[in-house]
Amino acid sequence: MTAVADRSVGRAVDRIEGPEKVSGRAKYAYEYQADRVAYVAGVSATVAKGRVRSVDEASVLALPGVLGVLWHANAPRLHEVEDGELALFQSPRVAYRNQWVAAVIAESYAAAQEAERVLRIEYDVEEHDSLLVQGHPQLYTPEKVNPSFPSDTSDGDFDGAFAAAEVQLDHTYRTPAEHNNAMEPHATLAVWDADGGLTVYDSNQGVQPVQRALASAFGLEPGRVRVISPHVGGGFGSKGTPRPNAILAAMAAKAADRPAKVAVTRQQMFSVTGYRTPTIQRVRLGAGRDGRLTAIAHDVQEQTSTVKEFAEQTAVVTRMLYAAPNRRTSHRLAALDVPTPSWMRAPGECPGMFALESAMDELARELELDPVELRIRNEPELDPETGNPFSTRNLVACLEEGARRFGWRAEPRRDGRFLVGTGVAASTYPARRRPAQALARAEEDGRFVVRLMAADIGTGARTALTQIAADALEVALERVRVELGDSSFPSAPLAGGSMGLSSWGAAVVQACRGLRTKLGNGLPQEFHADTEDDVAGMQREPLARHGFGAQFVEVRVDVDTGEVRVPRALGIFACGRIVNAKTARSQFVGGMTMGISMALLEESKLDARFGDYLNHDLASYHVAVNADIPSIEVDWLDEVDEYVNPMGAKGIGEIGIVGTAAAVANAVHDATGVRVRDLPITPAKLVEQL
Amino acid sequence: MKAFAYERARDADEAVRAAAAGATFLGGGTNLVDLMKLGVVEPERLVDVTRLPGAVEDLPDGGLRVGASVRNNDLAAHPLVRERYPVLSQALLAGASGQLRNLATTGGNLLQRTRCLYFMDPTKPCNKRRPGSGCPAREGEHSQLAILGWSEQCVATHPSDLAVALAALDATVVTSARRLPIVELHRLPGDEPERDTVLEPGELITAVELPPLAGRSAYRKVRDRASFAFALVSVAAVLRVEDGRVADIRLALGGVAHKPWRATRAEEALRGAAATAESFAAAADDELEQARSLRDNGYKTTIARNTIRRVLEELL
Repeated sequence: MTAVADRSVGRAVDRIEGPEKVSGRAKYAYEYQADRVAYVAGVSATVAKGRVRSVDEASVLALPGVLGVLWHANAPRLHEVEDGELALFQSPRVAYRNQWVAAVIAESYAAAQEAERVLRIEYDVEEHDSLLVQGHPQLYTPEKVNPSFPSDTSDGDFDGAFAAAEVQLDHTYRTPAEHNNAMEPHATLAVWDADGGLTVYDSNQGVQPVQRALASAFGLEPGRVRVISPHVGGGFGSKGTPRPNAILAAMAAKAADRPAKVAVTRQQMFSVTGYRTPTIQRVRLGAGRDGRLTAIAHDVQEQTSTVKEFAEQTAVVTRMLYAAPNRRTSHRLAALDVPTPSWMRAPGECPGMFALESAMDELARELELDPVELRIRNEPELDPETGNPFSTRNLVACLEEGARRFGWRAEPRRDGRFLVGTGVAASTYPARRRPAQALARAEEDGRFVVRLMAADIGTGARTALTQIAADALEVALERVRVELGDSSFPSAPLAGGSMGLSSWGAAVVQACRGLRTKLGNGLPQEFHADTEDDVAGMQREPLARHGFGAQFVEVRVDVDTGEVRVPRALGIFACGRIVNAKTARSQFVGGMTMGISMALLEESKLDARFGDYLNHDLASYHVAVNADIPSIEVDWLDEVDEYVNPMGAKGIGEIGIVGTAAAVANAVHDATGVRVRDLPITPAKLVEQL
Repeated sequence: MKAFAYERARDADEAVRAAAAGATFLGGGTNLVDLMKLGVVEPERLVDVTRLPGAVEDLPDGGLRVGASVRNNDLAAHPLVRERYPVLSQALLAGASGQLRNLATTGGNLLQRTRCLYFMDPTKPCNKRRPGSGCPAREGEHSQLAILGWSEQCVATHPSDLAVALAALDATVVTSARRLPIVELHRLPGDEPERDTVLEPGELITAVELPPLAGRSAYRKVRDRASFAFALVSVAAVLRVEDGRVADIRLALGGVAHKPWRATRAEEALRGAAATAESFAAAADDELEQARSLRDNGYKTTIARNTIRRVLEELL
């Protein structure tokens, strides 16, 4: 494979739809209009486990504007539903507090909200268990962890090597439940047409999974369901799978025989749209005095629901990052009476690297070795898990360049009433790619249109794909229009796993190159590309493909209050060719911002007696604000990876959040001598030890 | 939310008449409207008091009179406030966000409700919201709740920054019926946590009066997030030192009790004492001897103690 001509790609191109977005013309799902639209509100269970005994429909049907109530006794039966969270009102069972157990349909949003508030539901209540504790009696080994990794691995002889190690480290790290909280809450408008076809305007990270789920639930051929999602206000993974709002809108529209809209409220986003599982992670490191790791074990306990299994792949990163010959990893799950956890930016790597990279820092302290040097000493030549070579691996270069730029390593110091320290952590994320299709078309006016099911959830994907298409066509950017977010376009995977641009871009290159061979034969012309064979070939190549990075953080800790502030952070990344320097920078900065937020603020607080997350709004679930992020600098190495896709680019949506929390925790330890192993690092955890 | 009637009062009399007929006063709505959306409160009728006459007026004694409808940002930015009462301006600017401060009024800020997570959720028990239903916070999530003056019935904290600064300034609250010292406006929960203040039903705050201030003042708000977060602990302080001795001291704490906590024990200990870090620390200890922390909020005592000392040292 060869890289595309480097003309548009690499430039800092403004978002093409930027003017539409800032002027309010870009339409998001809930803003689409339909005649006679009905408004629908999901009604949340107020018990954590049990059965719905009765729903007092009469209590709301008398209210002005209320059209109907849906619950298990009257809801249409769904055909096939693979994801239990989507099986709305198909059984009286309540699997967690705030699960949707009914819905009200009304003439206005206000009428729906009011009916939702007063609808009386009676339950048969059962004992519930919503609390993950270490060694929970229900822990079991899942068959695989997300998306399809083995739950447990064992290489060499961990026990023997650990017992024999000159230096042993054994600590348990914890991360809390965290909620994705994209700016745009999940929403759907569903419209059935006269001949039984369904059109939905939906906020998602991929139109195809929504199309398939709706088709299967309502017994339709996928082609009879059209999903339209040109603009999406963020997802962070929570929109990667279809959510109950899509099913509810279609169900209500069918029941009411008119178009129907559903908007998930911010409060409901803390129950029905996924979150990051809490984790309890034991990490053991055995090393020689020279810092070379001889043994690593990473054993994880986390939760899932009774609705469906989601097994976060928290320890998977430990299988490939460092060169210890003896390694063991494991995942155990407890199926609790809680909402189903799901993807949240870098599921697996993000919480896993908090533990592993904190432990590496602790080992460096123990050995009195610079933590950058410790990592360099454990750099593997080949992927420790598979023995395959890396397509590209520039972790050491990131660490060295970052150290140089950051001024690593300043001694911790005291500045008045503040303790100042610095920390470092590595970042890594797999560079995956999935088959995709794309259509490129040459119009008679000399312009080009490219279509595929891709999603732009605010990342800049539309712009980056336009750059890729322009270069493949060897034309100016302005002559190319990329259309995405529509299930009537050629099939392409969702925006997730940092594989969107990699997968879509390859199909776009193939379509545009194919089209070029047809130019000169009159207009219009079009070419349909499919990368399935290409991806199959790529997967047969014995290579390990990952992006890498290094993050450096400075913290100031107030000795009187325990407040931690992060005056500066630096991330250096090696992620192949960067397609759009502007939107890529935003992805890295955004990831690191979310990582600092995770380190210091984010925590969904469960009250086990009630079984729900108490701080279910943005006033009480704190995410970082501008004042928390004075300066994040990011840059990237000049890397091109020829083994991932024809652009030479690796996905960058998630790597920015990987390692950040560990870098912050390591900096806090550097500043204060206090090691916080359970996130977030709050004043409450620090002040009495300063 | 539940349907409600809305009217706008032109003057205080009109507002009080409406309230006598069952209306709830509506200021900037930054808290009340949220609570209505959540179903925490369900007023049938609102009377909007934001158009009532009121401004920041210079009083002959060198004090200020602040109309209850003056917006938080306008008050914080007022030149006389910035010049004479830094603690007040700092407290206001430490609160909420720019957009909220543009709406929130002086009177409304004082009457905002606790952000205790159980109070905010009508599907859960709460003695403040539904008297007699119980207090899940006592044994539940209370890491941000009270360490001083709480009762078995309620461990909530009052969230206002403004009220804490006013407490340290010995402000007077003027209502449609009377004048009362700010420290007497809010109450401890006792057996009636549903009552935040001593105001009678239909009693309207019309103004706040600030006596002239001699001495230096400051507000320090401690919080996990650097902006747009309620105080874990806050300290408002006024300090005047003469010949190395404390001539005047007024100290109030926020985020620690059901009302702005005037630290009278610390004040007594300091009045006339040497103005030194040691005496500040000892006075803070005196005050916080009364603290009774819950399972997860003992850290607040440490923060309060340290912050009292630190703020006073910085005022030297």
